[in-house]
Amino acid sequence: MQHLEIDNVCASYGKLEVLRDVTLSADKGEVVSLIGPSGSGKSTLLRVLIGLTPLTAGSIHVGGERVDYSNRKNLKKLRGHMAIVFQQYNLFQNMNVLRNVTIAPVKIKKQPRADAENKARELLEKVGMQEKAEAYPDELSGGQQQRVAIARALATNPEILLFDEVTSALDPERVKEVLDTIRSLTDEGITMMIVSHEMAFVREVSTRVAMMDEGRIIEVGPPAQIFEEPQQDRTRDFVSKILSH
Amino acid sequence: MFERLATEAPLFFNIHNLVFIGQAMGRTLGMTLIGCGVGFVFGLLIAVLRQTTGRLLLPLRFVAIAYVEFFRRIPFLVILFIVLFVIEPLMPGTSLFGIATVAVCLLSTAFLSEIIRSGLESVPRAQVEAATILNFNTLQTLTMVVLPQSWRVILPPATAFVVMFIKDTSLASQLGVIELTFAGKILVNRGFSPVLGFGTILVCYFALSYPLSRFAAYLEKRLAAS
Amino acid sequence: MDYTFQFAAVFEELPYLLGGAAITLQIAFVSFWGGAVIGLFGAIAKVYGGGFWRRLASGYVVAFTNTPALVQIFLLYYALPDAGILLEPLTAVLIGLVLNAGAYLTEILRAGVLSVRRSEIEAAQTLGMSGLQIVRYVMLPHIAKTIYAPLSNFFVWLVLGSSLAALFGVEELTGRAINISTVNLRSIETFTVVAMIYVVLTVIASSALALVGRLAFRVKAKVF
Ligand SMILES: Nc1ncnc2c1ncn2[C@@H]1O[C@H](COP(=O)(O)OP(=O)(O)OP(=O)(O)O)[C@@H](O)[C@H]1O
Ligand SMILES: [Mg+2]
Repeated sequence: MQHLEIDNVCASYGKLEVLRDVTLSADKGEVVSLIGPSGSGKSTLLRVLIGLTPLTAGSIHVGGERVDYSNRKNLKKLRGHMAIVFQQYNLFQNMNVLRNVTIAPVKIKKQPRADAENKARELLEKVGMQEKAEAYPDELSGGQQQRVAIARALATNPEILLFDEVTSALDPERVKEVLDTIRSLTDEGITMMIVSHEMAFVREVSTRVAMMDEGRIIEVGPPAQIFEEPQQDRTRDFVSKILSH
Repeated sequence: MFERLATEAPLFFNIHNLVFIGQAMGRTLGMTLIGCGVGFVFGLLIAVLRQTTGRLLLPLRFVAIAYVEFFRRIPFLVILFIVLFVIEPLMPGTSLFGIATVAVCLLSTAFLSEIIRSGLESVPRAQVEAATILNFNTLQTLTMVVLPQSWRVILPPATAFVVMFIKDTSLASQLGVIELTFAGKILVNRGFSPVLGFGTILVCYFALSYPLSRFAAYLEKRLAAS
Repeated sequence: MDYTFQFAAVFEELPYLLGGAAITLQIAFVSFWGGAVIGLFGAIAKVYGGGFWRRLASGYVVAFTNTPALVQIFLLYYALPDAGILLEPLTAVLIGLVLNAGAYLTEILRAGVLSVRRSEIEAAQTLGMSGLQIVRYVMLPHIAKTIYAPLSNFFVWLVLGSSLAALFGVEELTGRAINISTVNLRSIETFTVVAMIYVVLTVIASSALALVGRLAFRVKAKVF
């Protein structure tokens, strides 16, 4: 049994079919990366997983249990184990860094504030942001905000962590600090699904890589396969184009 | 004309008249603040209601939209009359001040709900999504994320709106509420010159309205910059 | 309460009320265009004027926007006879509303003029546009876009605000409602119908204005 199983999932925005029969799975602690051209549906797949975009067909199992996205309780439970980090960080602008990280544990999970703050400071240290605990998001650089967003996601102790192009909005120098942060998480047993255009990084951290195109997964395999001997021409094209950049 | 002013002025500004005008000013302010305060609460409810998407609340949303669209298109004077004619037979003891205040509430609810709604809508969807995936419920998202971020968009026009209403309450004089305008009429009827009577009243309105409109302008600048 | 609504008596008077609505619209039109002329000068004085003119325009705007039109008109109506000038009620109301509209429109038009950025005018100059072309192709579209929505909102506001004329005995829509209700004693029904007429009137006005804005200035104005 896989930790996360996506079976024949379809999704659409109005008439536009964005996901067509997507099947993919991740074992516990695995790092699965999604690559593919813009508009191929990578973000949508992550949004479907966490219940921000409805699926129109197919099923998703987490820990062997089918997720019922129309059931509020079920959704709440799912989001208790799963967290997502967005390209645009989406930190709460009206809260400082510490509060961004502690709000969910304190207000939603009802943990004692002191415990939550201790944990938050540990997490901030882990992402290298302990100095900025009192700062507000608009006082931070993109890379710093993104690291806080990662700390916020970790504060809920997720078993599954989704990353959606978390470095795309960042300057080249900032990319490394965020990637280092994610890399440091890969051996903690958290199952991860990472959408990224940083091919060197994908290749290094992933256990498997899935290539998406036009709403379908056209190839899945270990990084060595995808990057060195892709089975599909489309994958070869995409990878070579992106690597030659 | 000026001679008349000069001879009347000392008579006009006696302690009795000043207290009378002061009380009237209090009623003008009272109608405005109570009306807009209540209007803010109901306006917030309507604005939040209009943000919901559930099918269950659809009829309520419809009523809310109809309410807002109607009341923003009816003159305050007409609303005053309708409220008067409806309340008088239903609750005979109601004071005129109370009736006028109800009319203010009805109208300010409609306008303030629009101001609040555009404030709520100014908060990016992504902020709401970030809260949703952290398992915030609707109320928590509203109070912890959306409202704190929309004050800066809501407050300047809301304050400017209160300034508008200070002036609109002058129409309540028609009902017989002894607010500033009616006080002016009474004084003029007692024989004081209209220039003195209404001039003083205008100054009183200005004293209420100007600081508040400066405050609105300040808020606008201050909150837009940050 | 066993009050039975009787609208029939009001509907009989519908033509009379609609005649009042026409007068309401006329008052709003006159106030709007009169105010627009004042507002244009006011805005120019505030943006481009020297110390004196600028202060005069600012003083005018501050004085009129911070006091109720009703009391301003009371002052006009009751004080001018002291100075030997007798005003018809409608004249007094129109003067008051025009002066008021002038103050608000000064602010709206000023915001429009200020919305044109220096850099855009400079860009147009480097493209070799003449002064007139710059006004036509750069400034006016910008100004139209900025002021169109506030202008049409303000017109609606004037339609509603003109109801205060009733208090001076002018027989516009609200005035005629008062006349009818004192005769038929069906006040609630009368004023409800009149309220509906105002709703229809302003919806038509805003739709028409939105249409004009879309066709003439390519401004997407919302009716609701
Ligand atoms: N909210 C939306 N409404 C309508 N269409 C949308 C919406 N979001 C995405 N789409 C469309 O869905 C398709 C898939 O989008 P998605 O964001 O999942 O792609 P992606 O693979 O993440 O691309 P990118 O690399 O550019 O982020 C695209 O064609 C996009 O235009
Ligand atoms: Mg994407």
